[in-house]
Amino acid sequence: MTPIIEVQQVNKAFGGLRVINDCSIQVAKGSITGMIGPNGAGKSTLFNLIAGALMPDSGRVLLEGEDITALSPDARFHKGLLRTFQIAHEFSHMSALENLMMVPPDQPGETLFTTWFKPGRVRAHDAEVRRRALEVIDFIGLYHVRNELAGNLSGGQKKLLELGRTMMTDAKVVLLDEIAAGVNRTLLGDLIGNIKRLNQEMGYTFLVIEHDMDMIAQLCDPVIVLAQGSVMMEGHIDDVQNNPEVIEAYFGGSAA
Amino acid sequence: MNELVFFINNVVVAGSVSGSIYAIGAVGVTLIFSIMRFAHFAHADVMTFGALMVLLLSTAFPAAGASIGIPTALIMLPLAMVLTAALAVGIDKVFYKPLRAHGVKPIVMVIGSLGVTLILQGLIRLFAGTGGQSLYVDDRKEIFRLALPFEDVRVPVVITEPQLYLFVITLVAVIALHLFLNRSRLGKAMRAMSDNPELAQASGINTNLIVAVTWVIAGGLAAIAGTLLSLDVTFKPDLSFFLLLPIFAAAIVGGVGHPYGAIAGGFVVGFAESLAVFNWNILLRPFRDSFPAWLELPTDLAFVSTEYKIVVPFFILVAILIWRPTGLFKGKVI
Repeated sequence: MTPIIEVQQVNKAFGGLRVINDCSIQVAKGSITGMIGPNGAGKSTLFNLIAGALMPDSGRVLLEGEDITALSPDARFHKGLLRTFQIAHEFSHMSALENLMMVPPDQPGETLFTTWFKPGRVRAHDAEVRRRALEVIDFIGLYHVRNELAGNLSGGQKKLLELGRTMMTDAKVVLLDEIAAGVNRTLLGDLIGNIKRLNQEMGYTFLVIEHDMDMIAQLCDPVIVLAQGSVMMEGHIDDVQNNPEVIEAYFGGSAA
Repeated sequence: MNELVFFINNVVVAGSVSGSIYAIGAVGVTLIFSIMRFAHFAHADVMTFGALMVLLLSTAFPAAGASIGIPTALIMLPLAMVLTAALAVGIDKVFYKPLRAHGVKPIVMVIGSLGVTLILQGLIRLFAGTGGQSLYVDDRKEIFRLALPFEDVRVPVVITEPQLYLFVITLVAVIALHLFLNRSRLGKAMRAMSDNPELAQASGINTNLIVAVTWVIAGGLAAIAGTLLSLDVTFKPDLSFFLLLPIFAAAIVGGVGHPYGAIAGGFVVGFAESLAVFNWNILLRPFRDSFPAWLELPTDLAFVSTEYKIVVPFFILVAILIWRPTGLFKGKVI
């Protein structure tokens, strides 16, 4: 197995509270790895550490063997490491389509020079980005609301928009933070299908935080169980679900 | 008719002049707020600094303008804008960035900017002294008197050369800003960051770059506003005292974080000032004969006297905060 993401002995404390405790994980390239754990286990904190929104107190984060611990979130984005947010984030004053069009990296419009001196090139690229955004928004089933302000979309639609954002660029790894929460059952089926398709056809690696055990079972292999800031166990979902330690941590008692 | 020309000179022209200056200053304040979420109190001093740069450059090369036929100060303006933008970026690097890195509350940033105000005021006095100086170092200020084509009008409409430049430059600056925010990728990224900074970063937007661009734009605009004001009157080191309240009033009237609102707010404050100090007796004078005999109009019918002009933005500020705290246009996001 080639790891695409490696977290090595990472620690993170907020004040006196140690949230991540000497935690090491590996995510295999091409896998859909699940991450579960009781509330307060440190899943979201670990996500933020991998995505760069938080800096670890100690330890390292590697992407394809390269140390990215000191990089900002936007620099990690340009290396192909994308994330979604547990509570869906959107540019509320832009339309759904514009939200997607914000994403693609390395546009020629990026520099002041090209903006003012090569408008033709910028326009051609914008047209290309727009075409792709229209494809993506169709793919995630939001074509009919593409011109609505993103702030007016429903919670579930915002979640789909989060997924759509990760499809606008050629990602290597996508971190999905409870992408299914607030999405209705019909849409959820589409969502799972889309994630699998991206994984198989585009070669995306996914790391998925999820509370919905059905979704984890359908989607993820392997599954990492986090408790009190470090890895409790890792393995196939069937093994994880039958492990007495995990049941203890999850339900605060034995399964019997 | 003469009275109407008086009104045009003292209200329409004067209001547009101060309105333009407040508008350009307020845009800077509002952009800084929408990206960094704090009220930058040192902004009026950045404006004064811009004018100081023009003063120093014009003093160094007094003959530069005469060869082309425009005031030296205007030739130096682009250079002063670059220097002021550099100052703004530098101030951010030294004072505000460390505070941001520690994730302090906005009020700490505001207090920090008060400190920067004191530093800048000291620096400006160090180089410019405490007195007033004309930015027309070596050229003459042209005054245009436009006689109106009516028989009984003897008073001309008076517009000075710097006022004409002021209107043109304001128009160009506003259009350039509009195109930048709505057409360019960087401008859109600014709008995105003001909307949701966390998501902007996760979408690959380099927020450090956006912050720097914001300071460059705000600094450049501040230099324009400070210079044009100093051209219209004189350069004074305490210019910022007379600018601070109006530009904040303008930004708040327009809805903080809303650049077009700030422009509108600037003109609201500018016109309110000139309407308040205008002597309304002049407009009533032609109708004097139709007043009842017992009504004796006082010779000065202004709402406030000129020395108290500064109470006008203050009053507007209080009124807006009481009755419409989000501003005339809803603010917060570009």
